[in-house]
Amino acid sequence: MSFESADTAKEYWNENIKLVISLLTVWAAVSFGCGILFVDFLNEIQFMGFKLGFWFAQQGAIYVFLILIFVYVKKANKLDEKYGVDE
Amino acid sequence: MDVQMLTYLVVGITFAVYIGIAIKTRAGSTKEFYVAGGGVPPVLNGMATAADWMSAASFISLAGIVSFVGYDGSVYLMGWTGGYVLLALLMVPYLRKFGKFTVPDFIGDRYYSQAARTVAVVCAIFISFTYIAGQMRGVGVVFSRFLEVEVDTGVYIGMCVVFFYAVLGGMKGITYTQVAQYCVMIFAFMVPAIFLSVMMTGHIFPQLGFGAEVLDATGNSSGVYLLDKLDGLSTELGFAQYTEGSKSMIDVFFICGALMFGTAGLPHVIVRFFTVPTVKASRSSAGWTLLFIAIMYTTIPALAAFSRVNMIETVNGADGKGVSHEQAPSWVKNWEKTGLVKFEDKNGDGKMLYTKGAENEMKIDRDIIVLATPEMANLPAWVIALMAAGGLAAALSTSAGLLLVISTSVSHDLLKKNLMPNISDKKELMYARLASGVGVVMAGYFGINPPGFVAAVVAIAFGLAASSLFPAITMGIFSKKMNKEGAIAGMLAGLLFTTVYIVYFKFVNPSANVSDNWLFGISPEGIGMLGMVINFAVAMAVCKVTAATPQSVVDMVESIRFPKGAGGAQDH
Repeated sequence: MSFESADTAKEYWNENIKLVISLLTVWAAVSFGCGILFVDFLNEIQFMGFKLGFWFAQQGAIYVFLILIFVYVKKANKLDEKYGVDE
Repeated sequence: MDVQMLTYLVVGITFAVYIGIAIKTRAGSTKEFYVAGGGVPPVLNGMATAADWMSAASFISLAGIVSFVGYDGSVYLMGWTGGYVLLALLMVPYLRKFGKFTVPDFIGDRYYSQAARTVAVVCAIFISFTYIAGQMRGVGVVFSRFLEVEVDTGVYIGMCVVFFYAVLGGMKGITYTQVAQYCVMIFAFMVPAIFLSVMMTGHIFPQLGFGAEVLDATGNSSGVYLLDKLDGLSTELGFAQYTEGSKSMIDVFFICGALMFGTAGLPHVIVRFFTVPTVKASRSSAGWTLLFIAIMYTTIPALAAFSRVNMIETVNGADGKGVSHEQAPSWVKNWEKTGLVKFEDKNGDGKMLYTKGAENEMKIDRDIIVLATPEMANLPAWVIALMAAGGLAAALSTSAGLLLVISTSVSHDLLKKNLMPNISDKKELMYARLASGVGVVMAGYFGINPPGFVAAVVAIAFGLAASSLFPAITMGIFSKKMNKEGAIAGMLAGLLFTTVYIVYFKFVNPSANVSDNWLFGISPEGIGMLGMVINFAVAMAVCKVTAATPQSVVDMVESIRFPKGAGGAQDH
């Protein structure tokens, strides 16, 4: 066991879960939300030459996915350092 | 030099490079063969994984599909990229810490059960085979169009090349070859897309040209946005609006989900993240992978829209009344020879007309959209040669990755872990090579005699991955309580439900495959997501009423949840 105690191990894991859930919420919101469920509503809004909903479905969601992974990488690495479990 | 010679030259050079790399990096041990010794830098691994992931279908067909179905094509764009978020956040770091070689390894160890391992092996092999048949076909098509050899001969050549470097190099050879293939592929894809974007909108980045105003004949802005023009053209010709699509919302939702969760459950993708040196590296490697994929996947819809407008205008003419077939542009003539473009002069006026209605005279196969782009945009011959090399790179890189999963599944999961536990490292390596040899031959067979159901089985591959492997792996990481009874019951329930649903609508009773008969209006392509939900539900229910997980397994789960102590990939 690399943690000081079972409690810190639990804390570490809870923080990790919180991070993952918050990022996955954004993931679902841009793809299933903006790209599919609310696409008709967002299509009323013009964004450059795009209807906004269509833009999310064919461009925006992919950009957000990319940002999400790099945010995760940064935050997860920081979390590891905080609890001293990095490599 | 003519196009033909140039194509031979470019394809020849790229093949020589791939083989050269394979010889330099050939594998000497099972560890190198399975996971490249666990020493691949994350950026390179990302590039190799992107090449592995982007198949002949992505390169050749996807832009064409989006071009023909518009908004409905978004499910592929979001589904095949969104899956990487799930991979990065839910699976990759933990599986890397676990440190063994294959997906069945994890499932077998985590659920302390040979039965669970066997279910996983069967899924892995089945998924990989369905994929690889399509790849070899792609190789054949590229050869026949650009090098004017028979499709069969093309498949044989492709088989020899893949055989050589996959069998010799293993994961190590494949990874470094794929890095080269990614460069060839992305260059080949971007050059015509950029040319077309500049030609039609004046923007260098296709992603921006996609949302810009089209240029008129004199090169000035026409004041009409590309997509508005496309919507207008589509409605005029009787098609659904390009930006609206025609599938029901629930179906789009479920297909997108099945592709995302399926992507995150595909063995040939997951296994790539076992090849990097550390947990930290595995996380960033997933990000790099998606970056390299996104370059192509954000260009695809732009290219789809450009070529749709371009195609309609060259066929129907600026006045929308049709262009005389005798004066048809060269791409129409070239592709008529392959049978992928057909002109039938229904009203006998000698003019081509493309519409939705009965008076339509043009049959245009969507697979030509990408391959014909250089001709549509009147690009120089070397761009056409590049396109051929790019299509081949896409098909070969994916085939090699899949072959590796097949050979690993046989030599490691089936022989070493099941039938012959005392086998030596050297013997295991020999069996791995033998298995990939057999895999190449079988893939080649399906490439030459393509079963009519390739497209249908790809739906099964994603459905299976989403409904069996994805839940089993994530529950194995995020729940300490999940036991073998629950996991196996869940996998079987998800698998059975998904397979029966797809087989019924695709093979048993294809005439019933209409939205009125579908469960909740979900098509067979999207049913994997529901199968996944069933898997989770059954697993949790069964887990509640059966024996608890042994302490040794609970300890193992605790240990994979943080990075410290991950060594290089272990020997065994």
